[in-house]
Amino acid sequence: MNLPLTSQIINLLAAIMLLLSFAMLTQRRILSLINLFALQGLTLTLSTLVVAWSTGQDHLYYSAALTFALKVLILPWVLHRLIRKLSVKWDVETLINIPTTMLVGIVLVILAFNVALPISQLAGTITKSTLGIALACVLLAFLTMITRSKAVPQVIGFLAMENGLFFAATSATYGMPMVVEFGIALDVMVGMVILGVFFFQIRERFDSLDIRHLEKLKEE
Amino acid sequence: MNWQLYLVLGTPLLGGALLALWGHKSWAASLNIAMSIATFIAAAALTAHIISEGPLITANEQFFVDSLNVFLVALTAFVSMTTSLFSRPYMRVEHAHGKLNDNRLRLFHSMYQLFVFTMLLVLLTNNLGILWVALEAATLTTVLLVSLYRTPASLEAAWKYFILCGVGIAQALFGTILLYSASEKVLGSGGGALLWTHLETVAGSLEPTVMSLAFVFLLVGYGTKVGLVPLHNWLPDAHAEGPTPVSAVLSGLLLNVALYALLRCKVLVDGALQAPFASHLMMGFGLLSVVVAAFFLSRQKDIKRMFAYSSVEHMGLITFAFGMGGPVANFAGLLHMTVHSLTKSAIFFAVGHAAQKAGTQIMDDIRGLMKISPTVGWGLMLGSVAILGLPPFGVFASEFLILTSAMRQQPWATPFLLIALGVAFAAVFSKVQPMVFGETNARRLPHPPALIPVFAHLAIVLALGFYIPPYLVDWYHEAAKLIG
Repeated sequence: MNLPLTSQIINLLAAIMLLLSFAMLTQRRILSLINLFALQGLTLTLSTLVVAWSTGQDHLYYSAALTFALKVLILPWVLHRLIRKLSVKWDVETLINIPTTMLVGIVLVILAFNVALPISQLAGTITKSTLGIALACVLLAFLTMITRSKAVPQVIGFLAMENGLFFAATSATYGMPMVVEFGIALDVMVGMVILGVFFFQIRERFDSLDIRHLEKLKEE
Repeated sequence: MNWQLYLVLGTPLLGGALLALWGHKSWAASLNIAMSIATFIAAAALTAHIISEGPLITANEQFFVDSLNVFLVALTAFVSMTTSLFSRPYMRVEHAHGKLNDNRLRLFHSMYQLFVFTMLLVLLTNNLGILWVALEAATLTTVLLVSLYRTPASLEAAWKYFILCGVGIAQALFGTILLYSASEKVLGSGGGALLWTHLETVAGSLEPTVMSLAFVFLLVGYGTKVGLVPLHNWLPDAHAEGPTPVSAVLSGLLLNVALYALLRCKVLVDGALQAPFASHLMMGFGLLSVVVAAFFLSRQKDIKRMFAYSSVEHMGLITFAFGMGGPVANFAGLLHMTVHSLTKSAIFFAVGHAAQKAGTQIMDDIRGLMKISPTVGWGLMLGSVAILGLPPFGVFASEFLILTSAMRQQPWATPFLLIALGVAFAAVFSKVQPMVFGETNARRLPHPPALIPVFAHLAIVLALGFYIPPYLVDWYHEAAKLIG
């Protein structure tokens, strides 16, 4: 009875992913947000490893290693460095209406499960039940992005969305072909470098990383 | 072994590397031009090869060239070549006006070549996963170009561009994952299940439910890059605030390339569903874009912003044409892609020089271009007349074909299209006319403008309005058949 146990572990990890998504949605401190993001990356790595071990899909080990290197080590490190250099390390955002945001988040989760249901039924993977959670993570990350007004949290939301997408890839298909995963990882890295440059440009120009300064371009 | 293909991809990549080192030298603009000309020659050779030998699959099936994408490769290489010709004097003037320093000039030249590389990779790859990666890379290369001037407005535009296109394209990745999960069941896991040539042969046996859901995500994702309403918010800002050569390639090339990605996916979804699901979605989004953009045109004050909305309108028209489908509408869509790309980039060249002469992009402050520089004035006037679809320009021919096939296939849509085109005409013409004629306030510039690209583009568009050579007709027919 090996398979049910691994399925249970995967479901548990998926539940942790979802919990972390909610935690990120309501976390006000930038430093904690980065740690939560790293934790989500770690959960993703573990679940990829369990799937790789239980299905014998060798390329998933590489995918897990890539996720670990990128999402647990490199990106959190870069983000830590960035917030230190930008001296926003102890920034606390004022989030309006956390209960409402949570309720909207719950609605999104229900929506995600409904959308994913027909696909989960058709998928032949042992992870198929987690596709709904993966989609929910993507949508919650999206919600995190649009409720934030500071640049760094917005970007963390963006990266969390990428986590959700990788989780979706392991749920629905046991991962994308390796060349594509490398390509995506490369894009994320380059994107992070560009954003880093961008943060400094924005701060130099506006003396702040508040995106509310960036709302001048509108249709009259 | 196909050397043309490697040259097409290798030249801009090499150019990007070289210009990253020496992009600030006085001869960097000439090197930029030389690399772009070399890319175009390679693309022309590749096109000749495909025409004589037929479709090509090479490098372990990773690259695939047929008449649909080779036509876009040729167009992309051509417009990027003429844009590099235009950007030399334009960037010199910006440099002389103190808007740019050496470092930013280097960034511009290097990223320009890399941007061309990513677009060509999108067009030539056979792997739908790599296609996604390359299209995302195309966004990344242009983000820093949009914010090149580092003004508050340009930073805002670039941030919006990055976040909106990033989120949009993440949806497309989800769509690609779903598509892979459907194809993996038929083709088995591994690299083969994302290769378009494999997918096309088994399209009929892909799971319809998954494919239709995948297409919704792909449409939202790639549609953001095409600039379809209501996902178009980044587009006017990025066009207005970035340097004009970047606006020209964004409008003329990137939108086409994103639409190409969507078309490739549509073929698969059509094959899987055997129902006009994708067509209906594309027609809906296309028509909405045409109508909304047309009404926004008259409210614009910034000249580049106005022509950006005009791009939204035309991309909507093309999306609508491909949504209708059938040989005539597809033919018209491809023709419109060509003429829009040529005309719009010519307009942006003229607009760039006009804005430099007037010292502003606000249309009310640009007056009497004809007095100070008849060539810029005529370029802007003729370009506007061409893009508004007046005969005898090529845009008239393609719009006429789209409208007549709409009357035949989707008569309900015709009044909307006609009203939108009329509104667009009134808005653009009434704004361009006083800018070109009348008293002037423009000044002389330290470097003479490059007007050959403007008139070369307009001459081709004019020629296409009179006469489309038979081999080009065959080519369009061939490509139209591939879209189905």
